[in-house]
Amino acid sequence: MPEILDQARTQVLENGVGLDEAGVLAVLNLPDEHLPAALQLAHEVRMRWCGPEVEVEGIVSLKTGGCPEDCHFCSQSGLFTSPVRSVWLDIRALVEAAKQTAATGATEFCIVAAVRGPDARLMKQMREGVAAIKAEVDIQVAASLGMLTQEQVDELVEMGVHRYNHNLETCRSYFPNVVTTHSWEERWETLKMVRESGMEVCCGGILGLGESVEQRAEFAAQLAELDPHEVPLNFLNPRPGTPLGDRPVVEGKDALRAVAAFRLAMPRTILRYAGGREITLGDLGTRDGLLGGINAVIVGNYLTTLGRPATDDLKLLDDLKMPVKALSATL
Amino acid sequence: MTVTELWCDRCGEQAAAGGHEPCAAARALEPPRYCAHCRRRMKVQVVPAGWSAVCVEHGEIRG
Repeated sequence: MPEILDQARTQVLENGVGLDEAGVLAVLNLPDEHLPAALQLAHEVRMRWCGPEVEVEGIVSLKTGGCPEDCHFCSQSGLFTSPVRSVWLDIRALVEAAKQTAATGATEFCIVAAVRGPDARLMKQMREGVAAIKAEVDIQVAASLGMLTQEQVDELVEMGVHRYNHNLETCRSYFPNVVTTHSWEERWETLKMVRESGMEVCCGGILGLGESVEQRAEFAAQLAELDPHEVPLNFLNPRPGTPLGDRPVVEGKDALRAVAAFRLAMPRTILRYAGGREITLGDLGTRDGLLGGINAVIVGNYLTTLGRPATDDLKLLDDLKMPVKALSATL
Repeated sequence: MTVTELWCDRCGEQAAAGGHEPCAAARALEPPRYCAHCRRRMKVQVVPAGWSAVCVEHGEIRG
């Protein structure tokens, strides 16, 4: 057994203290023959510190495309020659999307907008949309609207938005290679305001942007320092027309190493499979991750791409005897 | 994509030019982006259980 896994068994599994950057890097560098042991340990950590439940979430894009920012992975930037056109979802369709999500048994519904930060029109649409969802659908509402002012944070709390997603996307040292129109520190500022407001913090990122293994470890350590309630883990799905459109997808075993390593860095967080798992891991890899530290999934479609049918994921959870988290429960 | 459609609905290039097997494979996890009849970029809305794509000339399709 590699020394790092022995150390993690004591430090993380028994004492609930996450691995530091050096420890995460050691896990990310484990040879293939030790990957099953790393996943098994990460699964034990998840079961010990989070329990067997899986949090299921659906997401929808309230405002698609036309974003002024230049996040190099994103097909919704108005600065690239992506085929994605700008479009707004109306309130009726938003409520219907929340109903579709709730019908899967999901407890979370995240409303997302491709913006630098919300303007008055978007905040008005949020106010009306969140109120309409709360009147008709039994589901918790989260939001992801870019960088916020303190007034907007307060307003989202008032609306009843219980969790706010704002991904750091990658580590601090690599961020300028991915985004040039705003800084990692600006994102961190929004996250601090969200935390202080009492909303749950949801913050993760994307693997496969060209970062090194060392930078993946740096990212895990920075997320652990933030200590978010939820970490969505995406794998790059290279989008036509974006600067990262020709990058290779993350190799499946590297993705699974990352799942185990991020869990060992953050034993108590909700670690969610988000975009890109279908092309990076396929069905078998998805199962391996759920038995290797993942305890939440996005079901159904993503913002501009499609996921596998929600029924497939729900059947997998049933096969694995992992109960879906109920609305009244907390992880 | 059917034989009567002129344009690839993923990349927007001529369907008859061939070489769209990668596009067809990618479309399993993507909605269409271009109208297969006129090559216009469509307004596409993805929702958790489906998608709709609107061409200003040829109307809406859903999946």
